[in-house]
Formats: sequence, structure tokens, C-alpha cells
Amino acid sequence: RKDNTGYDLKQLFIGAEGSLGVVTGVSLLAPPRPKSVQVAFVGVKSYATVREVFSAAKRDLGEILSACEFMDSTALRLVLRHLPGTHAPLADEHPFYVLLEASGANADHDEEKMTAFLEALMTRALIDDGVCTREPSKVAAIWAVRERIAEALNKDGAVYKYDVSIPLPRLSDLVDDSRARVGALARHTVGYGHLGDGNLHLNITADAFTPELTGAIEPFVYEWVGAESGSISAEHGLGLMKAAHIHYSKSSGMVDVMQGIKGLLDPNGIMNPGKVLPAPVAAGDRAAA
Amino acid sequence: DCSFAVLQIYRSSLAFTAAVTMSLRILVGCKRVVDYAVKVRVNPAKTGVVTKDVKHSMNPFDEIAMEQAIRMKEKKLASEIIAVSCGPKQCQETLRTALAMGADRAIHVPVDGDAYENLQPLAVSKIFQKLVEKEQANLVIVGKQAIDDDANQTGQMLAGKLNWPQGTFASAVEVNGDKMRVTREVDGGLETINISVPAVITADLRLVDQPRYATLPNIMKAKKKPLVEMKVEDLGVDITPRLTTVSVEDPPTREAGVKVADVDELVSKLKGASLI
Repeated sequence: RKDNTGYDLKQLFIGAEGSLGVVTGVSLLAPPRPKSVQVAFVGVKSYATVREVFSAAKRDLGEILSACEFMDSTALRLVLRHLPGTHAPLADEHPFYVLLEASGANADHDEEKMTAFLEALMTRALIDDGVCTREPSKVAAIWAVRERIAEALNKDGAVYKYDVSIPLPRLSDLVDDSRARVGALARHTVGYGHLGDGNLHLNITADAFTPELTGAIEPFVYEWVGAESGSISAEHGLGLMKAAHIHYSKSSGMVDVMQGIKGLLDPNGIMNPGKVLPAPVAAGDRAAA
Repeated sequence: DCSFAVLQIYRSSLAFTAAVTMSLRILVGCKRVVDYAVKVRVNPAKTGVVTKDVKHSMNPFDEIAMEQAIRMKEKKLASEIIAVSCGPKQCQETLRTALAMGADRAIHVPVDGDAYENLQPLAVSKIFQKLVEKEQANLVIVGKQAIDDDANQTGQMLAGKLNWPQGTFASAVEVNGDKMRVTREVDGGLETINISVPAVITADLRLVDQPRYATLPNIMKAKKKPLVEMKVEDLGVDITPRLTTVSVEDPPTREAGVKVADVDELVSKLKGASLI
């Protein structure tokens, strides 16, 4: 597993979307399944509180914290509206929700830790309501409410999807700014994502994709993310749609190095052409520009 | 005639008072079973399924029963809900969940080892009978069946032992004074019956839309609610099993199908298997 002999070429291929070569063999190292998994779903009044809950979780759950996700009230409302069989974990609506998962080797010890953690949050009035369970069927039902948001949004209309990394304090600002920007052109503007990674999934639903709405959203979102030195594609890659926008997240110097590597490994340009990197600019043209 | 009218008013107001103060004390059975999201495996001895280190939870139909009881209490039709579970020490977790959902008290009847492996509905119904008498309950709500044995017997046997009417496979329950209107899910559709209280109800899937999750404030409150142990011997119940399990086996694995190239091949294969 540990190998520091030369440059790690394997890492280059991971996430390159087939533009450097094709993976033909994989070895998997599977971690042991945790003996105990608990999930808590809590309602909070603001994004600032979401961040306080996350900080407290890192501190007080520590090594057993295995997931920390957030979603806004619109996201949950759309899940409940469009997907039969889903149920609201909490009785009332809250502006934001946080899903916390704790995994460990000792169920009783972990449950004590989780209960103490949640009780402290309630005493400090950081959370307004919440549920906690370790029953597999209920754990799955609560995760479903988070994992099926994308499915629910697809049923809400045409969906503009943005998967970005920005500084944690600014996650909800991007959602609010986008919502204000699109105004009545859109149906719903929704934010959810992986707090642990600072990864926001910004989604905007509309009756249809229109040039007017697209123009309102792009390059607004990319410029916003670029201004925060964030990533315009946190997880899902650049593909065809975002290859030309790479400069919002990577300097031209870095892109040049990437083009060099691409040229070295794929001199004929046959590996997934047009994806990931923008069309190379000829040296003469760049000097002129 | 004037005095007769006064007497009528007095009588009907008494009846009204009786109907209003008729408050239910509900006993709810909460069986601890292997969680339905877990893939069960037959044990090597083929005597049952593996339960060691396997995640358990409250029988889903019992959750529905508990939810129904809590809603009746919220509507002021019931004054008290007592959750009951029979089995090993871990049943107390199931009871804590019941208390967190909204039960007022819990009773754990400890049964361990082989006695627990062989605890059958007849024995459970006898335990419940004694508890009903002891706690003066006038309504029992249990799930229609447990998802581990699918017996669908405890509620019915209990009603027989108590000589109470039963509303089984209930998808709707309406209280009308000292009577209950129960809608039952039956093969042909829905059957509606009137039964008098005290009674036994067994809960079917559609009795409530969704049992509530235990919320954090209620989980905290539940720690202070009484949970007592009552021994089988103290209740004077004989839980000797009447049935012996001979073997438990997996269902036969599904064999792969065969794709045919065209209709002629299909016909010849059907003929070859003497199906046409």
C-alpha cells in the first residue's frame, strides 16, 4: 500500500475521465464494515447553526463521525412532494437540516457518545428538534431523504446542477445569491451537500432550460466560485460542459502543465477528446492575446 | 310528564358522562425482532436464523400499534399506554424506543436462552393475559404478526383467553363510547365491525400512515419513565413450548432461465418439457 518509488502515475488517471488512458484492472482494499452505525437528523434555524453543529460534531464525536451532510428546507419539501414512500423525519419544517452519521466498533459506547453530543446541542438550543436511530431500516429511511434529493429535483422540472467547493462559511451565501439572481425565472433554488468536504450541490429547477435563465446563472456561478478560489467541479468532473471553464479554478500555468501531460500520454488526441481540458491554444495565438 | 322529561335528561347526561369518562388503558406489545433491512441467514445447525450480532428493532407492525395507541392518547381517548416486551435484556432498548415514542410505562418480561428461542405465541398470550389482569388494561393493541415468525396468532389467542372481542388486521379504529368501529383488511376488501370494549386489536400496515420517529426531547424524557421487570414465575405462567421446530432451511435458489432464439425453439422446448 505504501509506495514512494517515483511519481504516482495511478493518481493521475483517477478522475481524469478517460482522457489520459483507460483503466483495465483494479485492486480494491475493502475496509471492515463498522459494527455500529447510527444516524441523527436534526433541524436548525440557520446556516451559521449548521456550521456550529458540524464543529461540535468534529470535536465531540471525533473519530466516530463518518458523515455530515446538510440540506435546506426546500430540498426536503421537494423530496416529500415528489417521491412517494418518503417520510419527514421531523414533525415540523426547519430552515436547515443536518444529517450526522457515526460509525464505530462498539455500539453501546458510540450510542452513549452520540446521545451525550445531541443532548448537549439541545441544552445549548443549537438544535430545535432531531431524531436519532441505529435501526438499519430507519437509518436507510433517513439517508434516503438526503440521497434522493437529485431524483426529486428531476421531477420538479428542468434542473441546472452545480457541484462546487467553496469555503465552508460561504456555502449558503452562494445559494441565496443564486436564488436572488434568477428570481422568477426559476421554480426552486436548492442547496445541499457534504459539509465535511465543503462541497455544495447547488440546484436550480425551472419549467425548461432557456438561454435567458442559463445566461443568468452562467458565468455568474463560476465567477462567484472562482472569486472564492473554489472548485467549479468538486466531485463530478469537467467533462464536455465545463472543460472550457477550467480557468475559474486552475491557473493557465497549471492548465499548461496538464496539456503537457495529456500530450505525452495521448499524442494522437484519441482519449476522450474534448473532455476535461479546453482545446489547447497555439503558442502564437496566446502571445497575441 | 314534566318529571319524566327531567329524568330523561338526567339519564342521558349520565350516559354522556359515562361515554366521556370511559378512558382506555392500553397495553401495547412491542416485540424485538431482527430489523427488516437486515439480510437473514439460516444458522449452520438449521434450527433457526442467525441472531447473534445482528441488528434488531421493534417489529414494524408493533410500531404501528404503538403509534395508534399514542394518537388515541393525544385525542384524549386513552389515559395510559403500557409497552410490553418479552425476551432478553436487549428488549429494554425496544421498550425505551416505545417510551420515547410516547408510552407512559414499560414492562419487560425476561426470557432467555432456550426458553426464548422457543417462546411461542400461546405462551406470550398467557403472559399478556396476566399483565392485562394485573394492570387493569381495557384495550390491547399488538401488531397483526411479527416479521420473524409471521405467526399472526398472539392477538387472537389473547382475545380467546380474555374472552374479549377482537378486531384483527385493523386498518382503521374509531372509538364510540364503549364501542369500537374497526375496519379490517380481508381478502375480499374491507370489513367493518362493531366491537365492545374491552377488546384486542391487531394492527395492519395501513392503520397509520407512518409511525413517528423517537425525537431527541422524547428520548431524553423516556429515560425517566418507569421500566419494570416482571418475572414469568411471578406472573404464574407456564411458557413451555408446545411446538418443536424440526428444521429451518433457505428457500430453493432460483435457477437460471433459458433464452430461446425464436418461437419455434420455444415451442419445441415447451413440448420437450411436456407443458404443451
